[in-house]
Amino acid sequence: MSERLDEVPDASQRAGREAGGESAHPRPALQKRRFGRRMRRSRSAAVAPSTFDIRDLLSESLAGLLQRPARSALTAMGTVLGVGTFVAILGLTSTTSSQIDARFSVLTATEVNVEDVASDRNPYAGLAFPKDADRRIEALNGVKDAGVYWTVRLDEANSVRSSPASKEGERSTVVAASPGVLRAADPTMAQGRTFDAFHEEHAEQVAVIGAGLASRMGITTLETHPAIFIGDTPFTVIGIVADVERKANLLLSVVVPRSTGLALWGEPTDEPAKMLISTQIGAARQIAHEAPTALRPDHPEYLRSIPPPDPKTLRADVTSDLSQLFLLMAAVCLAIGAVGIANTTLVAVLERTGEIGLRRALGARGRHITLQFLAESAALGSWGGLFGTSLGTLTVLLVAVLRDWTPVIHPGTVAAAPLIGLCTGLLAGLYPALRASRVQPAEALRR
Amino acid sequence: MTARHHHVPPVIEFRSTALTYPGPPPVEAFKPCTLRVGRGDFVSVVGPSGSGKSTFLNIAGLLDAPTGGTYLLDGMDTGALKDAERTALRGRRIGFVFQSFHLLPHRTALENVILGMTYNGVPRTERAARARQTLVRVGLSGRLDALPTRLSGGERQRVAIARAVAGRPSLLLCDEPTGNLDTRNAESVLTLLEELHADGMTVLVITHDPAVAARGRRTITIRDGVLDEQGPGVAAS
Repeated sequence: MSERLDEVPDASQRAGREAGGESAHPRPALQKRRFGRRMRRSRSAAVAPSTFDIRDLLSESLAGLLQRPARSALTAMGTVLGVGTFVAILGLTSTTSSQIDARFSVLTATEVNVEDVASDRNPYAGLAFPKDADRRIEALNGVKDAGVYWTVRLDEANSVRSSPASKEGERSTVVAASPGVLRAADPTMAQGRTFDAFHEEHAEQVAVIGAGLASRMGITTLETHPAIFIGDTPFTVIGIVADVERKANLLLSVVVPRSTGLALWGEPTDEPAKMLISTQIGAARQIAHEAPTALRPDHPEYLRSIPPPDPKTLRADVTSDLSQLFLLMAAVCLAIGAVGIANTTLVAVLERTGEIGLRRALGARGRHITLQFLAESAALGSWGGLFGTSLGTLTVLLVAVLRDWTPVIHPGTVAAAPLIGLCTGLLAGLYPALRASRVQPAEALRR
Repeated sequence: MTARHHHVPPVIEFRSTALTYPGPPPVEAFKPCTLRVGRGDFVSVVGPSGSGKSTFLNIAGLLDAPTGGTYLLDGMDTGALKDAERTALRGRRIGFVFQSFHLLPHRTALENVILGMTYNGVPRTERAARARQTLVRVGLSGRLDALPTRLSGGERQRVAIARAVAGRPSLLLCDEPTGNLDTRNAESVLTLLEELHADGMTVLVITHDPAVAARGRRTITIRDGVLDEQGPGVAAS
């Protein structure tokens, strides 16, 4: 016990200097620099203020969290779930909508429709599509297949029947279509084939029907060359379509050559004629622009092109629909997380009343206590935010890998999520931290 | 006392200092009294439970402000100070030792002592070295990294004393420092306090135990909020 504790200028010398203004022993330079500003502010009382710099704050808060690691982890779990849900939802919706885009590119983005609007312009114009419409459009660069079609208006007597004798007909629609329509619709044939230019040219009485209609009409094989009757006119069924990629209503219809339809039932009356064009990827908007002029250079205004919708608009619609609902759920998760942090921090404040009293006795100001507890809850929130972001991102990755999708997460989401965690922690810790600062040291130390 | 000490004010100076808790009804917990505790004194304040010991400790330790009279710590009128300044003064000038130690259970002896220097302006770079030096001084050189739960009661109180003196305060204020200790550990703690006093530390021990009080160089009795000392230094006003 030979060491003495009062080898350096002790409190009595400090007291003399600070109270009486004696300056026999100049203050060490470091201390002067560090506290100079504050000293000037409180010169009247001549008490150097309590100190608690940012490194002290960080180390004390970290120690506070690490001394109960399991509790800290559980406390942060609410934020983990909230932020994780937030990231996963945003990631999954953007991933899903990019998938919708992908399907959209394959089908819709390569489809152009042209409508006959001639009757709006000129009641005597007749069918706006020329006879060689298919050929004209197919000559355009980027067009794969194209064809004109319309729904034929039939009265009760002319319903579709399996034999002329049967009274009850099928309520199927009859579509007159040029061969290009069936190619552009990209059908999968169950049996047989589609009609072609020969049938069209000779106005052959042939029909292509959907698989559902075929089974309803008792047609199981085409080897017997079965016929159906539209009114009293027989048509040889040459193909049964199992599926189509475009114009699904063709599956429910009886499709006959355009020239046949024109010859038997005349020009379309109810619904205007339309043209279906399948294009190469990227050509659709250009084709849509060119089609009316290519078809009717004399009256391009008789035809209206409908280009595929803009993918960006489509994605925005899908994303907003999905994410609004799920973001609400994420907000609820986050609120539950915040309540969890607030609750645990409040319990910690009550539990650590003795420690708060001790710190106050050691010279901590109320605001130092507030800062420490606030830093602890903010750290928990940030940690929860970071961990939640990782979990959310992993979820999106996992789903994308399992579904063979391309994962899409906006960088802003990943950057914002830990900040959301931080804010949650700060908000949740505010009340407990303020309460901690109001703990009376004398009271607390008695416990 | 050397000639220099004549210029140094007493560590504690009560001038008709009193504390009345506002009612209703108002309770006069500490009656007006005058007291001077000089630098390097070893004073015991003894009194039964409910006599006003805690009130005295709270006033002397700047945990509570007197409602009457003046309290000067190191010659500074504490009544003129703002709350933040009182807190700062408490952190820098007073080292507390409590009956129940108040050590942070998840921190080592060394970390607990370092905590004592967090708020009173000791530079970070010096804290560990000073804490280590102080723990060696209180006889715990081999227990620096032990958690409080692994220490005996006497060792815990030594850590608490090291934490109180590491910041080099003017006054070591001990509240029942042996209250939770067996005879052997109590003796070692009292011996340590005597050694610190011999090194020049001003020590004030508050106790209900006359045997502990007898270790002080001066003994002040407190009863019903009134201080009484046989000899110079204290007077009821």
